[in-house]
Amino acid sequence: MFDVNRIRKDFPILEEKIYGKPLVYLDNGATTQRPLQVVEKMTEYYLRYNSNVHRGVHYLSNKCTDANEQAREIVREFIHAKSTDEVIFTRGTTESINLVAYTFGEAFIREGDEIIVTEMEHHANIVPWQMLCERKKAVLKVVPFNDKGELDMEELRGLLNERVKLVGVAYVSNVLGTVNPVKEIIDAAHAIGAYVLVDGAQAIQHIRVDVQMLDCDFFVFSGHKIYGPTGVGILYGKRNLLEQMPPWQGGGEMIKEVRFEKTTYNELPFKFEAGTPDFIGVVGLGEALEYVKSIGLQEIAEYEHGLMDYAMKQIREIPGIILYGDAIDKSSVISFGIEGIHPFDVGTLLDKMGVAIRTGQLCAEPVMQHYGVPGMARASIAMYNTREEIDAFCEGLRKIEKIFKL
Amino acid sequence: MTIEEIQNQIVDEFAMYDDWMDKYAYLIEIGNGLSAMDETHKIEENLIKGCQSRVWFHVDLRDGKLYFEADSDAIITKGIAGLLIRVFSGQTPHDIVNANLDFIDKIGLTQHLSPTRSNGLLSMVKQIKYYALAYEGK
Ligand SMILES: Cc1ncc(COP(=O)(O)O)c(C=O)c1O
Repeated sequence: MFDVNRIRKDFPILEEKIYGKPLVYLDNGATTQRPLQVVEKMTEYYLRYNSNVHRGVHYLSNKCTDANEQAREIVREFIHAKSTDEVIFTRGTTESINLVAYTFGEAFIREGDEIIVTEMEHHANIVPWQMLCERKKAVLKVVPFNDKGELDMEELRGLLNERVKLVGVAYVSNVLGTVNPVKEIIDAAHAIGAYVLVDGAQAIQHIRVDVQMLDCDFFVFSGHKIYGPTGVGILYGKRNLLEQMPPWQGGGEMIKEVRFEKTTYNELPFKFEAGTPDFIGVVGLGEALEYVKSIGLQEIAEYEHGLMDYAMKQIREIPGIILYGDAIDKSSVISFGIEGIHPFDVGTLLDKMGVAIRTGQLCAEPVMQHYGVPGMARASIAMYNTREEIDAFCEGLRKIEKIFKL
Repeated sequence: MTIEEIQNQIVDEFAMYDDWMDKYAYLIEIGNGLSAMDETHKIEENLIKGCQSRVWFHVDLRDGKLYFEADSDAIITKGIAGLLIRVFSGQTPHDIVNANLDFIDKIGLTQHLSPTRSNGLLSMVKQIKYYALAYEGK
């Protein structure tokens, strides 16, 4: 049984007081909190087992190496990849996308080729592709969304032609909360021979992901958005593609043999993991995924779905509220404005009441331009949030309106 | 009044409120009461960088004293700008350059001063001091 009060006990930060008021943490889209299990596991490794991976002959090094490779297996199972060779550790979503943009770009993109992204992407899934297009004289095309925050699938189909080599799309939008029909997009792209990168940063913690079922070519996410540490992320890629892509960074660990005449590169996944990785962060990420698994992603999804319905219903009743993103399939993110009040003011005043939300352009300036606003306020939920917290948040919004009407 | 005296006055005013919300409500009141900025002064050059909201500061030198105008699309930021105008408008460049801004700490706005804070109080203060420095000795 999903028991939110039991889960909250694993997150001591949720007991904190902010300006003397109980913390209501609704900035989970930016980063989630880590449970004791993750912090304790990492502490144990720092205090008892710290030693560099993949190179030692000694006990500790082997212990860390094993833990790293176990974490890789945990990730593989979590996203149901075929092989651990397809699971590459990176610093996060941003680095994963840059790695693909660079190395896939080197191997597959020629002048005049096209890359498609959507109007609702996070900057991390726009800028690396722009840089690639500039390097290769390729062309970036953009799929628009309607005012409800749903992708224009007609337009997407119209853009798909034989020049398109890759489509980059967020599984869940970090501003609109829209759950995009990625399976449909992947099938349509494959039909014309294009590959698909799915940005799973806002999906992995809310939706069961099966990369084989989706048949996506790349899937990326960050550890810190799924109750794991910062500084680690995942790039999943299909083996045949990863094998055709050249290495990105050169250095230790990614090589097979180094000769001044010619260096040969290591096998997957190590070919893309130059240098000493954040090996204790990797162990922490493994533990975070185990933690999520022990609660059950299905149970989490159901609970969060109920909480979202409740939150949307509550917030709609607040006079003057403007909601951005009202897709039929919506997850975990509520972006909004209040008529006549700047989002910065909303965020500052909520903060004073202990409620943490995000404000500003949310790393998605094209979405701001779509709605013609300078910024938005965003509340985003995680499995440990409660209806009482949603009430406190809405109460805060009402109070703000009162202050402004003085 | 000197910069020092105005600062003390502001500190006294804020001391009347012990609740955070009331302090902010007062800031909002100040923001709302700020006289409108001449639209022709809302130009790129007067825009202060480093704020989540847009803030404009315009300065005029008259009889050896600096007069500021400001506006922002966020009302709390505008309120803070209003406080700064009250402290600095009508003062000489020399006094502004040498002013100590301890009222910010005393009214509990210090947390807004760190450079990473997005409301740009620090950027506003820097800009005012920068203007004053430019006019000093002119
Ligand atoms: C949809 C989406 N993509 C990419 C990112 C970037 O993630 P990170 O900063 O962890 O690399 C984020 C995080 O804000 C996101 O929400």
